[in-house]
Amino acid sequence: MKIIRLAVTAAALLLSLGATVQAQTTLRIGLAEDPDILDPTMARTYVGRIVFASFCDKLFDIDEKLNIVPQLALSHETSADGKEVTIKLRPGVKFHDGEAFTAEAAKFSLERHLTFPGSFRKPELAAVDRIDVVDPLTIKLTLKAPYSPLVAQLTDRAGMMVSPKAAKEAGDKFGLRPVCAGPYKFVERVQQDRMVFEKFADYWNKDNIHIDRIVYLPLVDATVRLANLKSGGLDLIERLLATDLKEVQSDSKLKLSSAIELGYQGVTLNVGKDKAKGPLSQSAKVRQALDLSLDRDAISQVVSNGEFKPGNQWVNPDHPYYQKAFPIPKRDVAKAKALLKEAGVTPPVSIDFMVSKGAETEAASQVIQSMAAEAGFDMKLRVTEFATSLKQAEAGEYQAYLLAWSGRIDPDGNSYIFQKTDAPQNYSAWSNKEADKALDDGRLVTDPAQRKAIYEKLAKIVLEEKPLLYIYHRRILIAHTTRLEGYKQMPDGLVRVVGLKLK
Amino acid sequence: MLNFLARRVMQLIPTLFFVSILIFSLQQLLPGDPALVMAGEERDPDVIAQIRQQYRLDQPVPVQYVYWVKGVLSGDFGESLRNKVSVRELIAQKLPVTMQLASMAIIIAFLIGIPAGIVSAVKKGTAWDYGANFFALWGISTPNFWLGIMLIFLFSIKLGWLPASGYVPLTENWRASIASTIMPAFVLGNAIAAILMRHTRSAMLQVLESDYVRTARAKGLSERSVILKHAMRNALTPIITLGALELGTLLSGAVLTEQIFSIPGFGKLIVDAVFNRDYAVVQGVVLTTATIYITLNLIADIAYVLVNPRLRA
Repeated sequence: MKIIRLAVTAAALLLSLGATVQAQTTLRIGLAEDPDILDPTMARTYVGRIVFASFCDKLFDIDEKLNIVPQLALSHETSADGKEVTIKLRPGVKFHDGEAFTAEAAKFSLERHLTFPGSFRKPELAAVDRIDVVDPLTIKLTLKAPYSPLVAQLTDRAGMMVSPKAAKEAGDKFGLRPVCAGPYKFVERVQQDRMVFEKFADYWNKDNIHIDRIVYLPLVDATVRLANLKSGGLDLIERLLATDLKEVQSDSKLKLSSAIELGYQGVTLNVGKDKAKGPLSQSAKVRQALDLSLDRDAISQVVSNGEFKPGNQWVNPDHPYYQKAFPIPKRDVAKAKALLKEAGVTPPVSIDFMVSKGAETEAASQVIQSMAAEAGFDMKLRVTEFATSLKQAEAGEYQAYLLAWSGRIDPDGNSYIFQKTDAPQNYSAWSNKEADKALDDGRLVTDPAQRKAIYEKLAKIVLEEKPLLYIYHRRILIAHTTRLEGYKQMPDGLVRVVGLKLK
Repeated sequence: MLNFLARRVMQLIPTLFFVSILIFSLQQLLPGDPALVMAGEERDPDVIAQIRQQYRLDQPVPVQYVYWVKGVLSGDFGESLRNKVSVRELIAQKLPVTMQLASMAIIIAFLIGIPAGIVSAVKKGTAWDYGANFFALWGISTPNFWLGIMLIFLFSIKLGWLPASGYVPLTENWRASIASTIMPAFVLGNAIAAILMRHTRSAMLQVLESDYVRTARAKGLSERSVILKHAMRNALTPIITLGALELGTLLSGAVLTEQIFSIPGFGKLIVDAVFNRDYAVVQGVVLTTATIYITLNLIADIAYVLVNPRLRA
């Protein structure tokens, strides 16, 4: 009897403790990582971009179909020679500190991105030579050479505008108390615990802001994130595991939003830096054989229950720049074996296959390994911690490397730095003059049809030479409570808060 | 006594110096390049060069060490490479959280472990004993992350009594604070309770067979008085030492448990810092925990001396 009484008392105590915590008036978002610094000039993580979306507006944004739409800008115009971009700015916009957003402020923000010591935006805006104020609401960007991905760059952190007054005062500590012109303003941040934002009363689009506060909580473990969503401790979570999809779909209080990512998962093949000079680096035929040994549908099935979209190019098959002339190759083990024979290679072809640690990467690499084995490849898996794997990739200490890219809106962002000779992320150390020319030409032309034709040439070369095997495009999976209304998933994976309502 | 104290405190200095060198050099063995990790997904060469220069990563390790020690001696632990927050501020933010969690865990461990150990010793060979032993075995062999997730499923999802994760500071709302830490504290305390139970049991068994306990019983004292007043007090001395050591370990951060319950303590801080190669944070945190551990040891030594003057020589 005593024990029962004790248990009842304990339960009542727990209940009263819990009740205090559950009271909520805000949108609580569970993030998969703790973001780095909240300064658009110095920030570098994907998860940081999710947080920026609620407080730091950009000159341009994208819509669901990847069209570039105005945000703090109203319009843009590129000169006939492609070397001048004139941007008209939205009037009546204020920063969180009450300062007005003008052409001077826009010039300051862009120049800060370009010149601030340690700026991560510098490479993204490298084409910009000069920024001039034309009138109080117009700026003109003069470029060193035509650079068609520029406006796409301005839909991300490089296009984020900061209050000049606050930025000058805070210097390199600006990210500790950022002041932008977004729908919410910064309140506080406790590292690895929470980031709190509140509604900005003077926001230019304030009629579409319906939630008072947003709290971001980094919860690294995906199971724990989902548990928090189910228990009502969170309202929205990002990076839901594909294996948890059924659990969300069967819960009447939860809703799923998804989109295919802009990036890809792929296997980089060491072509130019392989010290062992293995067959994979010496012959495109061997690389083609490896590609033909893979069944991409089956890989997606194993890794994600078929949720990820199989692919063979650096953009996904739904993307406007996907080259339909080069569809995903069907698995053909006989042909793969024949190619190996043609290349004069006797199986088994031993390959050092580096994979960074993680459930998805490890599962994918195991399927690739067993499929490739049937065609005569002996892929030796080497699971390596991420930071170490990067260092080894850079040094060329690998033969195949499973490495994903989160993707950019413009096709240039998914190809140039990986495929151009000596480009920073050309870990394959592949070099092809024709491909280099196509990559450069893609930057000079703005007309979409012309660009697509240029990228078609590039696709032909890359898909034949295969410095990189593109495998699949992940599905961005966001789960939220049905109390949240108006949520739409964009292909960049970011969580946009304008227009959201909490019942 | 003063002499002894002065000598012991003086010994702290070379120990800490040695620890600082160890921290710094071990960290250099971490594979991977911090500049490469910090350079974001784009990893632009200009940006990487800039980072190396800004954080003196391009200088020889001994030079980096001298800069760091200079800073530490003036109370400046440097700033996080990832977030630009000063390491001192980060430590000041996380230490109270870890201290709260550790104290709650140790209290839970004592509340469960000692009574269970006494009962199983006194009722040796009965169902109580087997029950307590079963509990101890379970406590030691249950992985923290499994128990943590099970507790979340039961108390947060099924019953909805407690928040699944997150932390509320004591100063903000004490009830919410306890609610946010009770599950992780139980997970940590449970494992220690099992160890304490085993030790209490064997210490009690030994004491219960000693002559003075037989004498106490012969005097006609009640069994309750024999166990609680005579036997337990003597049996507990080693248990308290063990508890203090466990507390020291808890204060250096409970990595897995903090990760599962998203408690922003030392464990989470250091794990994230290691994966991000945020050297300044790793160094600052490890030095702090080492200092805490060494200080706790010193306090234990002093306490022993106070109890046993023979050790003062």
